[in-house]
Amino acid sequence: MAAATKGAPARGALLSIKIPRGRGASLGLYIARRILWLIPVLLFVITITFFMAHLAPGSPWDKAGGRQLSASVVANLNLKYGLNQPLWVQYGKYLLNVTHMDFGLSYQYQNQTVMSIILESWPVTAVNGALAFLLIVPLGIGIGVIAALRQNTWVDFVAVGFSTFGASVPNLIIGILLIIVFSVGAYRVTGGNVFLPTGGFGLDQHLILPVITLAVLPIAFIARLTRSSTLDVLRQDYIRTAWAKGLKERLVVMKHVLKNSLIPVVTALGPTFAFLVTGSVIVESVFAIPGIGRTFVTAVQSRDYPLILATTVLFALVVALANLVVDLLYVVIDPRVRLS
Amino acid sequence: MAAPAIALEQIDWENPEQIGLWKDAWQRFRRNPIAVLGLVIIGILVLIALLAPVMVALHLIADPLEQNVANSYASFSLKHPLGTDYLGRDLLSRVMYGARISLSLGILVQVVYLLIGGSIGLLSGYFGGRIDNLFMRFVDVWYAFPDLLFILVVMSILSPSLITLFLALGIVGWVDLARLIRGQTLSIKEKEYVEGARAAGSSPMKIILKHLLPNSLGPIIVSLTFGIPRVIFLEAVLSYLGVGIRPPTPSWGVMLQDGYQAIFSYPHQVFIPAVAIAITMLSFSFIGDGLRDALDPRMRR
Amino acid sequence: MAAPLLRVEDLRTQFFTSRGIVRAVDGVSFHINRGETVAIVGESGSGKTMTAFSILRLVPDPGRIVSGKIMFKDRDVVTMDSEEVREYRGNDVAMIFQDPMTSMNPVTKVGVQIDEAMTAHERFSIKEAAARVIPLLKQVRIPAAEQRVKDYPHQFSGGMRQRAMIAMGLSNEPELLIADEPTTALDVTVQAQIIQLLKTLNREVGAAIILITHNMALVASMCQRVIVMYSGRIVEEGPVDQIFENPQHPYTWSLLRSVPRIDVARAERLVSIRGLPPDLMRLPPGCKFHPRCRFKVERCEREEPPLAEVAPDQEARCWVLMRNVPEEKREETKAAEVSKEAAAELKQADKA
Repeated sequence: MAAATKGAPARGALLSIKIPRGRGASLGLYIARRILWLIPVLLFVITITFFMAHLAPGSPWDKAGGRQLSASVVANLNLKYGLNQPLWVQYGKYLLNVTHMDFGLSYQYQNQTVMSIILESWPVTAVNGALAFLLIVPLGIGIGVIAALRQNTWVDFVAVGFSTFGASVPNLIIGILLIIVFSVGAYRVTGGNVFLPTGGFGLDQHLILPVITLAVLPIAFIARLTRSSTLDVLRQDYIRTAWAKGLKERLVVMKHVLKNSLIPVVTALGPTFAFLVTGSVIVESVFAIPGIGRTFVTAVQSRDYPLILATTVLFALVVALANLVVDLLYVVIDPRVRLS
Repeated sequence: MAAPAIALEQIDWENPEQIGLWKDAWQRFRRNPIAVLGLVIIGILVLIALLAPVMVALHLIADPLEQNVANSYASFSLKHPLGTDYLGRDLLSRVMYGARISLSLGILVQVVYLLIGGSIGLLSGYFGGRIDNLFMRFVDVWYAFPDLLFILVVMSILSPSLITLFLALGIVGWVDLARLIRGQTLSIKEKEYVEGARAAGSSPMKIILKHLLPNSLGPIIVSLTFGIPRVIFLEAVLSYLGVGIRPPTPSWGVMLQDGYQAIFSYPHQVFIPAVAIAITMLSFSFIGDGLRDALDPRMRR
Repeated sequence: MAAPLLRVEDLRTQFFTSRGIVRAVDGVSFHINRGETVAIVGESGSGKTMTAFSILRLVPDPGRIVSGKIMFKDRDVVTMDSEEVREYRGNDVAMIFQDPMTSMNPVTKVGVQIDEAMTAHERFSIKEAAARVIPLLKQVRIPAAEQRVKDYPHQFSGGMRQRAMIAMGLSNEPELLIADEPTTALDVTVQAQIIQLLKTLNREVGAAIILITHNMALVASMCQRVIVMYSGRIVEEGPVDQIFENPQHPYTWSLLRSVPRIDVARAERLVSIRGLPPDLMRLPPGCKFHPRCRFKVERCEREEPPLAEVAPDQEARCWVLMRNVPEEKREETKAAEVSKEAAAELKQADKA
């Protein structure tokens, strides 16, 4: 829900970057421009987060380990992290370091670089996200198309009910409810023989509940969109033309209905990545999964600013790249889009 | 939300025939049973939120902060209809007080959105040019970044409390509304009567303000209706993660966090606030969907 | 004369809406001979388009053919199973729609859309079908057809799209082509070209054509026979020259009265008869046209007239018949109509 109202309308805005005429030749130029546009976006995110963190009242050491550190320790820490330098020097150095992927040391885990923490937790999130994505696309599109083709039947009502529920009930709640039913409930009912784990990460049944929790909202979102766009296409004159030609039903649906109704759905894949990013933060906290989302939350909880900054930038980069890919895909599948 | 924006463009507030359109919208809304269900549930919730302190004063329910460690995790009983939590506090009264926090936060934050989003959208649309460009670039960047993450960062900097939560929620989330009002302002600015007013020497800004509200009321209401569950969700997540409202304040997010600790032994502890959040958010979505359909003239015959 | 190509008998097509049943086509019977060009005219809502959709079994939900027969040669389209209907559509009878801008799939190449019309049926092999696309485009006078086959519809102008639609319709050499207001969405010069093209094709290919239109000028220029519809019924039918000379139904008379005064472009607007077409859910008793008729008698309000022969090959559904209306009365009405029309036109101009 949080990102549902965002994301979607952005596509138009991002596509509006002006490109001279000619499709094929200008595609390279378009990509180049879009990648260049990432630089100010990331710079903006870094700058905002950096200054917010450094201008925040209190020092990052106020809460470290839960007890107050002595003045000399704080002075040492400040020296180690360069916090005794003027703010603009720190900012400059930070930007310089970021250009060669150096995000500094973590406050929380004092002997680890931020980069190593990210490299450790990133694959965990990627596995969950990729599995969720594999569920989202076929299920979301499938539910939406079937609901539209069987409009006003019970299949449609169930699909609409599911997508309303999935789009309105947050994944935090869905995750908790799934644990209550499939972990706690199943454990009690089967006397501890059959149940799904409540947390942790492993390439086994540990994946089931988190991936479902992660996927529900995007599935609902895509199913809703697919249904309404398919209903819209079914009303179009060219579908009547296709029937009038005597095409087989399968051909009408695949070639004429889907080819058109999935165009807006492609644009929804951008917000889907945003959902997965925010979803990972919540799902990994609920299911105690050592991924990047949980890393981000613990960094927030312990004011580990270097880690917060780096994860924030990473999230922004993922979402922005996903949007770029989606826009390119859009240009490829819709011959009417002229990159302008 | 773009659809009603175009839809309501034609509404002329001084024209009685167009007030009829609002009556029409209400008729359509009333014919939508799901939307009416949502409205009824929210009505009940508002009543609960208003009556909770009265009921405590009348000793109909226990005080939500009153601890009794000897009676922790008590099961359902007459004295504690929903049982007690790990500190022996009454769950029913806590969940009722939680409605107070969620609803008031949800609604108050919308007022902040309206103030910030309204003025920025109005200025951006009215002045256009460079200011507008800057705003649109900002919107581009903004949409590229999920707002939950931003709020988490903000909350990591401010120390968690109801006030800082209110602030953090207020400074994000106004962008949609600003975009909407910018669009409306731009389209009104093009209208002849604004030109006419300029020629007649009166302030075009005044004219725009006069026409903006009636023209945009529908989409604004829809946007705010969808904004409320978003805020309720954000409060729950932040409090659940320990960076929102602080215990012992009985918010639904705090209750989720408290109950989650005992999910294996006492699953109802977390189930109660979870269901409260789910029902509230669903109800607001039902109302929002109903309003959007009711205000969308494409549904009109 | 040989058996007709198409014989529609007592066709009823109804829409089952939440507000009630809409009788879009209410007991229509007519026939089309091989190679013939027949016009179906009437205002919007008269049931002419739904008659055409019924012939192709394309009636959209919540509509249904309720009763009647549609005999194409010796087969009844109404009782065909879905596979038979599929084979018949586009193969035996093809249709061209009103708006060429929306009638083609925007994301599929024009050539592919013509090609699939053929590969859907068995008349041509896949190879033959592919080889026919460019000649078909040339036949409908699309310049540089070799390059244009690879274009998408948005790269075509409105007139070219309608030509491509006609090529698509003709691709299987159907014996009947239904053109549903093929020119209303196009500008004047293009309209003339499309009509010229349809005329030529009728001559060259020999396909019968049903032209559905508001436009009486088009009817005069291209059709042999005309069927006039009103509120789901045929009110008059006969050879074009005979009906233009001696219309017997007051509705036909009103439609024709405006013809000489107008240029083609404004034809549509000027087919304006006082009052509105009736609500198909609440039809008046008696003759359905009587509330708008200037020549009605008392009987018209009670009893619906039958479609009866009024001259050789000409039938009309009227108790009065125009030949029984004295000349002065007609002139009087014309004058009244003209002044009313002038007022309506002023209003139109005011709006624009």
